[in-house]
Amino acid sequence: MPLDWSPLWLSLRYAGFSTLLAIAPALLLAWLLDAVVSLDIFLPPVVFVYYLLSAAGIWKLSFNWDAAVVLSAVSMLPVLVRLMGTALDRVDRRFENAARVLGAGEWRTFWRITLPLAWRGLLAAAAIGFVRAFADFDLTLIVARRASLGFLLPLAVFGAVDIALRMRRRQVAA
Amino acid sequence: MIQVRLAGGGVEVEFQAAAGITALFGGARAGKTFILDAIAGFAAPAAGRILLDDEILFDAASRVHLPPRRRHCGYVASEWALFPHMSVRDNLLFPLAGIARLERHRRVKETLERFTLAEAAARLPGELAPAERLRAAIARALIGEPRVLLLDEPAAGFDVAMRAEWLGLLRRVRGETDLPILLATRDLDTCFEVAGTMLLLDAGRILQSGSPRKVLDQPASVEAARLLGIRNLFQAEIVALDPGRNTSRLRLESFELAGPYLPGRLRGDRVWLCVEPGRLLASPHDGSKPQANQVPARLERAADAPRAVRLEFSGGIVAEVPRHEFERQKDNKEWLVEFPPAALRVL
Repeated sequence: MPLDWSPLWLSLRYAGFSTLLAIAPALLLAWLLDAVVSLDIFLPPVVFVYYLLSAAGIWKLSFNWDAAVVLSAVSMLPVLVRLMGTALDRVDRRFENAARVLGAGEWRTFWRITLPLAWRGLLAAAAIGFVRAFADFDLTLIVARRASLGFLLPLAVFGAVDIALRMRRRQVAA
Repeated sequence: MIQVRLAGGGVEVEFQAAAGITALFGGARAGKTFILDAIAGFAAPAAGRILLDDEILFDAASRVHLPPRRRHCGYVASEWALFPHMSVRDNLLFPLAGIARLERHRRVKETLERFTLAEAAARLPGELAPAERLRAAIARALIGEPRVLLLDEPAAGFDVAMRAEWLGLLRRVRGETDLPILLATRDLDTCFEVAGTMLLLDAGRILQSGSPRKVLDQPASVEAARLLGIRNLFQAEIVALDPGRNTSRLRLESFELAGPYLPGRLRGDRVWLCVEPGRLLASPHDGSKPQANQVPARLERAADAPRAVRLEFSGGIVAEVPRHEFERQKDNKEWLVEFPPAALRVL
């Protein structure tokens, strides 16, 4: 039987688009918010997304590719904000102060100094967000499956293992 | 001219600085960095007012607190804070945003030549020699034509060669500009070499201000003397005052000294006496009777100093003698230490 690569490809696209979508708002939140977003510590992502969408009154949205990607991006936001916030905080304040005293406003300081100096940490944060979306099972199960995206990798693996176990049980029973 | 009056953040100071170098001298937690940060706009004191020429940078009463970008301050922090991801040229271009392109490049070219950085223009700060990095930091602080230059211990930890380069650069900047330059430092020698005025800071207060020579020669208090590293500090009681002969007599713990007349003091007053170690005269004690103001003392320790030998005697007396003189008497333990009346300072 030929190996089916489509779940891997689909998962990479799903996780990639979610991460790209989450980076800009996460960066903005990390820059603007002093308080660390820590909801994901207390709530599993799927519950967090459910309550978020319920509160916003949009839980009835039709599940399609775009909605699935948006939900995945929203669910990774807390982690991304925290990691990006840490990356931004690690930039030596002396550089930012030097920029300010040299005439730069806050936005120019962020764009020309903070961001370039924090890029390694930001890249690592994005990578972790990507891996999270790529490997996330519960959100995938609820959202992506209902969106009829096809089989994402976690679901494909789960399905394959499930089928194998059932076949084994049948063989044992027979 | 900059006028500063600040209170808060553990600091309470009031001073003004004209063109030239004013040194903020003090140890750790003296408040030097807070003062510079308040002037630059990074810190907002609870009370006070900062006036640069005729512009109010900060006024707690009327809630004026200009952001750093509008204060026109040049600021060089310790370790200089050159942007590590930008070349020297880009570092110099950074403060010139908003200026016409041709003018920007003209100024950068001129500054690169002025600070001998033309060959280093395309290099990143991490690729520069320390002396080049130092020049680049000063050049960047000055290229935007600031109205005051703030230097927060940029020379901390320099070796002898770098220190010489640093002092040369400071003298050049002082000569070429008419800016008030506030220099935070813990190095008394630097104050003497470049500063016209020094503010002696301790725990957020100015203990004394004036020319470095005046401050060192006439410390205003025991705290000031200790901060200046004056080793010989003794408590004394005034036992006699003779305005006719312009003399006084002071009783220390175990000996008496003749000193100059002390106007404004009374017999019985307790005062602090200080003497610079280099002004005491130490000679071997051959057993003869000590002369006036000579005190017999036992040598407890001799330590090498760069230009002399520092002798530490019993009773907390410290004197310095030229190395060749000490070499002849280095095995001698009993000494006579003479306190010249003109060297005695009463605090």
